[in-house]
Amino acid sequence: MMHFQKRHSVLPGFGLTLGFSLFYLCLVVLIPLAALALKAASYGWGAWWNATTAPRVLASYRLTFGASLAAALVNAVFGLVVAWVLVRYRFPGRRIVDALVDLPFALPTAVAGIALTSLYAETGWLGRPLATLGLKVAFTPIGVGVALVFIGLPFVVRTLQPVLEALDPEVEEAAASLGASRLEAVRRVVLPAIAPAWLTGVALAFARALGEYGSVVFISGNMPMKTEIAPLVIMTKLEQYDYAGATAIAVTLLVASFLLLGAINLLQAWSARRGAVE
Amino acid sequence: MNRLTNPRTTLAALALLAFAGASAPAQEILNVSYDPTRELYQDVNAAFAAQWKAKSGKTLTIQQSHGGSGKQARAVLDGLAADVVTLALAYDVDAIAKGGLIAPGWQQRLPQNSCPYTSTLVFLVRKGNPKGLKDWGDLAAPGVSVITPNPKTSGAARWSYLAAWAWALRQPGGSEATARTFVTRLFKNVPVLDTGARGSTNTFVQRGIGDVLLAWENEAFLSVRELGPDKFEIVVPSFSILAEPPVAVVDKVVDKKGTRAVAQAYLEFLYSPEGQAIAAKHYYRPRDKAALAKAPVRFPELKLVTIDEAFGGWANAQRTHFADGGTFDQIYAQ
Repeated sequence: MMHFQKRHSVLPGFGLTLGFSLFYLCLVVLIPLAALALKAASYGWGAWWNATTAPRVLASYRLTFGASLAAALVNAVFGLVVAWVLVRYRFPGRRIVDALVDLPFALPTAVAGIALTSLYAETGWLGRPLATLGLKVAFTPIGVGVALVFIGLPFVVRTLQPVLEALDPEVEEAAASLGASRLEAVRRVVLPAIAPAWLTGVALAFARALGEYGSVVFISGNMPMKTEIAPLVIMTKLEQYDYAGATAIAVTLLVASFLLLGAINLLQAWSARRGAVE
Repeated sequence: MNRLTNPRTTLAALALLAFAGASAPAQEILNVSYDPTRELYQDVNAAFAAQWKAKSGKTLTIQQSHGGSGKQARAVLDGLAADVVTLALAYDVDAIAKGGLIAPGWQQRLPQNSCPYTSTLVFLVRKGNPKGLKDWGDLAAPGVSVITPNPKTSGAARWSYLAAWAWALRQPGGSEATARTFVTRLFKNVPVLDTGARGSTNTFVQRGIGDVLLAWENEAFLSVRELGPDKFEIVVPSFSILAEPPVAVVDKVVDKKGTRAVAQAYLEFLYSPEGQAIAAKHYYRPRDKAALAKAPVRFPELKLVTIDEAFGGWANAQRTHFADGGTFDQIYAQ
C-alpha cells in the first residue's frame, strides 16, 4: 500500500489538483480567517484581554463549550445507536427513518429553534408535562443543549454509517465462533474499527455546535450570565459598533475550537493506530 | 413567519437587485429601514412612486430592506448602497455619519429633527389585565412577568429601558440610585430576552409567556387588531418616552448614483399630508395635526419625554446604559 502511494504517478493531475485545492482553501477558508486574525491583531493585547475576560463573556464561553460538549456526547451515544440500527437491521420504514436523520442539515436553523421553543416552552406539548415534573427546558441551559443535540445528530450518524456498512458482520461471527461473548465482540472488534469515524463525527458535531446561533437564540432566553451563548455576545458587541470586542471574542472562540479539534484529531490518529495494531 | 426568515430573503433580493439595477434604465432607490416599518413603507413607496411618475414622468422603483436597526446601519456602513435610511434610533444614523457616508448635522436637514413620525412604548397585556398593571411601577412588583427584547440587540428594548428609567427618576424622591434599583427589579421580572421586538411579540403572543409585553405603540395596535381584542389589550402608562425614528439621505450614495433629488423628495413626501396620513394609518403618530385628527385610532394622551430632554441625546444614553459595563450590564453582574 505504502509503496503504491509513494510513486503516485499512476494517477495523473496531482500538481493541478493540489494547486487548485490550495487555492480554493485559501479563498474560502484561509483568507476570511486571516482577515479576522489581522483585524483582531490591530486592536492590541490590552483591549483583547479586557474584551475576552469580562465575566459575562467568560460565562458565555462556559455555556457554549459546556453545552456543545454535552450535546456532542449525547449524540455520540445515540448517534451510534441510530447508525447501528439503520445499517444492521432491515425493518419497514427504514428508508424514512434514514431520510429523517438529514432533516437537521436541511432545515433552516431559525425554523428549528422556533419549533423546539414552541415544543419545550412551558406551554408546549413537551414543555408542559416536563414542567409538572419540575424540569424547565426552554430558556435554560438544558434548552441550549437540546437545540445543539438536534443540529449535531446527523454529523455522528452520517460519518458512522459507511464505516459500519464496511464492517462485515462475518467479523463479529468469527469473533463469536472463537469464543468471544457478544459484549467482548463489540468491545474488542466493533468499537476499535469504528472508533476513528466515531470520533470524527463527534468532533464535527461539537464544532458545529460551537458556532451555532440561529436555533439557539430562540430557545435559550439569552439571559446574561445564564443562558447567553458566545455567538450572541459577538452579535451584541456588533450592535454597539464594538468591532474590536466582537473580533476578540470570535478569535478566542476560533483558537479554542482549533485546539480542541486538533486534540480530537490526535486522539483519532492514536485510536486508528491502536486499531490497526490490534 | 416570513418576517423571521426575512433578513436572508432581503439579502438575496438585494444581491439580485445589484445585478438588475445595473441594466435597468428606470430610476431606482433603496430605502434601508428597521423591522416593523415594512407595511408602512410598502404604502409610502406606492404612493410616492405614483406621485413621482405624475410629476417627472419617470418610473421609479423603490426597494426596501428591513432588519434590526443596528444591523441595517452596519450593512450600510459596509457598503449596502442605500439612498435613504429610515432607522429606529438617531444613534444608528450617527454611526453611519461617523463612517463618513452622511454629512454631520444631518438631523437638522429635515423638519422635526428629521423624524417625520413618532411612536412610543406602551404595555400589551392579556385580556382583562389579570395582574392589574397600570403603570411602570407595577412591572417591578414580585410575581409579574415582563417580556421585552434584549436592550443590547434591540432598538425597541432600549427605548423601553430608558422609558422605565426616566419614569423612576420622576417619581417623588427619585434619583439615579432609585432609578437603578427600579430598573434592576423590573429586569429581574424578565424571564426571556429575545434578540428583537418581533421575537418578543412571538414569546408573549404565541407561547403565552409573561403578563405584559413592552411594545412599540404601533406594534401593540397591530397585535390587538390582528390577534383580536378578545385576547389582548393595550395599557397606556402615565408616562413614556417619545420614540423618534429618524430618516436621512445617504450623501455618499446619492451623489454617486445621481439620485439626490428623488431621495430628498422621497423623504419630504413623508412630511406631506399624504405621507402623514399613511403613517397614521399604520399607527405611527404623525407630526401633522390634521393627520393626527384623522387617524384611524385615537392615540392615547400621555406625558412623553424625548431622549434629548431626559438623557442628553443618544450618545450619552448609549454610553451610560448600554455600553459594556453600563447600567444594563450591572443588573446582571450582581
